[in-house]
Amino acid sequence: MALDRWIALIFVTFCCIYGYAAFFTMDQLLPPFMQRNPVWPSTFPKVLAVLGIIVGMIVLLGIEKADEEDDEPNATEINYRRLGDYKIGQALMLLGLMVLYALMLRPAGFLISTSTFLVAGSAILGERKFHIMIPVAAIATGFVWYLVQEVLGIFLRPFPFFMGM
Amino acid sequence: MLEGIFIGLEAAFSVQNILMVVAGCLIGTFIGMLPGLGPMSIIAIMIPVAITLGDPAAALILLAGVYYGAIFGGSTSSILLNAPGVAGTVATSFDGYPMARKGQAGKALTIAAVASFAGGTIGAILLMIFAPALSSVALLFHSAEYFALMVVGLSAIAAFAGTGQVAKALMMTILGLILATVGEGALFNMPRFTMGMMDLQSGISFITLAMAMFALPEAMFLVLNPARGASGEGSGKITNLRFSRAEGKAMLPVIGRQSIQGFFIGVLPGAGATIASFLGYAVERNIAKGDEQAEFGKGSVKGLAAPETANNAACTGSFVPLLTLGIPGSGTTAILLGALIALNVTPGPRLMIDTPEIFWAVIISMFIGNLVLLILNLPLIPYIAKILSIPRNYLIPFILFFTLMGAYIGQNNATELLLLVGLGVMATIFRFADYPLAPLLIGFILGTMLEDNFARSMQLYRGLDFIIARPMTLGLLVLAGLLVLLPSYRSRRARKRAEGVADGD
Repeated sequence: MALDRWIALIFVTFCCIYGYAAFFTMDQLLPPFMQRNPVWPSTFPKVLAVLGIIVGMIVLLGIEKADEEDDEPNATEINYRRLGDYKIGQALMLLGLMVLYALMLRPAGFLISTSTFLVAGSAILGERKFHIMIPVAAIATGFVWYLVQEVLGIFLRPFPFFMGM
Repeated sequence: MLEGIFIGLEAAFSVQNILMVVAGCLIGTFIGMLPGLGPMSIIAIMIPVAITLGDPAAALILLAGVYYGAIFGGSTSSILLNAPGVAGTVATSFDGYPMARKGQAGKALTIAAVASFAGGTIGAILLMIFAPALSSVALLFHSAEYFALMVVGLSAIAAFAGTGQVAKALMMTILGLILATVGEGALFNMPRFTMGMMDLQSGISFITLAMAMFALPEAMFLVLNPARGASGEGSGKITNLRFSRAEGKAMLPVIGRQSIQGFFIGVLPGAGATIASFLGYAVERNIAKGDEQAEFGKGSVKGLAAPETANNAACTGSFVPLLTLGIPGSGTTAILLGALIALNVTPGPRLMIDTPEIFWAVIISMFIGNLVLLILNLPLIPYIAKILSIPRNYLIPFILFFTLMGAYIGQNNATELLLLVGLGVMATIFRFADYPLAPLLIGFILGTMLEDNFARSMQLYRGLDFIIARPMTLGLLVLAGLLVLLPSYRSRRARKRAEGVADGD
């Protein structure tokens, strides 16, 4: 089964769970006065769940036939069948780095976490000229922080939590 | 009217006001480039500055400059990085980004600038002519019609999907609508599908989803397949900034049509630039012929010009209900309304009579804003486009950083970043499986409005009667059904015909 059918299967399952939540669990919490309304908070989700299952089944069963396009796989186009050729390790490491950044942003402060993120990101991609990357990251971080915090007035905690800001 | 124009010119043309508009355009362009800060937030940020000016005309001129600058800045990040920061520029990235990847970033930016200028200017002319009359038409649209109009908008995605892709596109739309139901709705004061998490109470933010759907998968693909970034960039040289005479000729009718269509969609409160740009793209794609239609989504000049023109014209159109009825049609005009009231000007039916100089100063400032933007930005384009020639080891971490920042600034919530990564991985898998992602985002954007209007009309008519009771609603819904079914009917007929020919041989 092709990847798109697997996704359709997951989608149909998801819609069933969503529909179950909409049909059987949401209405119990509804206060009596709202039950007199013609439209309930669960009405729209119910419609969506049913529509989602129908459309998902159409994709899953392949009812709508696609035109046979046997175009040559382009070197720059992305194709999951060639996943083994790709630099999947780098991509996963970058995703991990993003998660780490999300978790560290508050405790470590904007300046430290962002410059670390930028340097580590380029290091993962194979950059070894740290004498260029570190100043670039530091200047960019400082500039963005100044722009966002001082010019636009959106608060970004610059330093780690123990430094009291 | 002529008298009014002179009043406006007199108010708008002073050294101070010209400086204001130049400053506004520059600020708007540069901040607008940061994904996550759309025109709405930038105008909100600039309001304190505008109010301290004290003079309503000067304040409005500054804000108009910021507004147009921000829209253009938003298109820049859509075209160069596939990171649309504003809903209205999502459609711009469909053809703008492929063009930039082909090494025509400079040309794409020039087209965007020219199309925006044309859309904005024609929109302003239409505003001058139609503002008084249109205010009564906008009032004819009730929630039932809005509901139907949005269903039409969602069905128009059938136009985005190629043959055999309609079901997939619809699936993505429904997923987008489902994601929009997360959080607390406006009509019901109860959280839905939050799974008990406080951070989901306010729903998933649009910026987070937009970044996750477009920017993150693109950055991931650049990492996965280095050949992708290297191709066609022409070693970072931005050779041709101009579009050819033939391309200009192809764009001209598109600009003409989309300025008018975009403007009238913009007049409807709540519809605004987003719907205008998507519909504009869909319409142009459907009426283009053969080769030109196949070119859409792969870097078509028309496909870039259409949404750019339409969204600027619609932004201008959204001033009609604001200035004539005092009803803000979009988030941005709502903020402008706030600024006007703070400056002791009350927009509404009496604005044109009581303070004509304000009304006309706004219109004239639109012309000046557009013109200054064009003059300022055309020389800057080569430098802006240079962003693409930054080595990939530096560029990718920065794209990822700006994606994260965009999601963070809006909400100031670190959970949003985890959500972004999760949705981004999902989007990357969808891309691998050849699912279109634009419908998901459109579904998400329209989802809340769709449900609100649906619920409101259900309450007004105590059931589904509004479909029959309001002929315009019925008509729009029938049109939506046709839009969904037509592509698959057409491809089926084409296949039948092809088979018939094969049998005949």
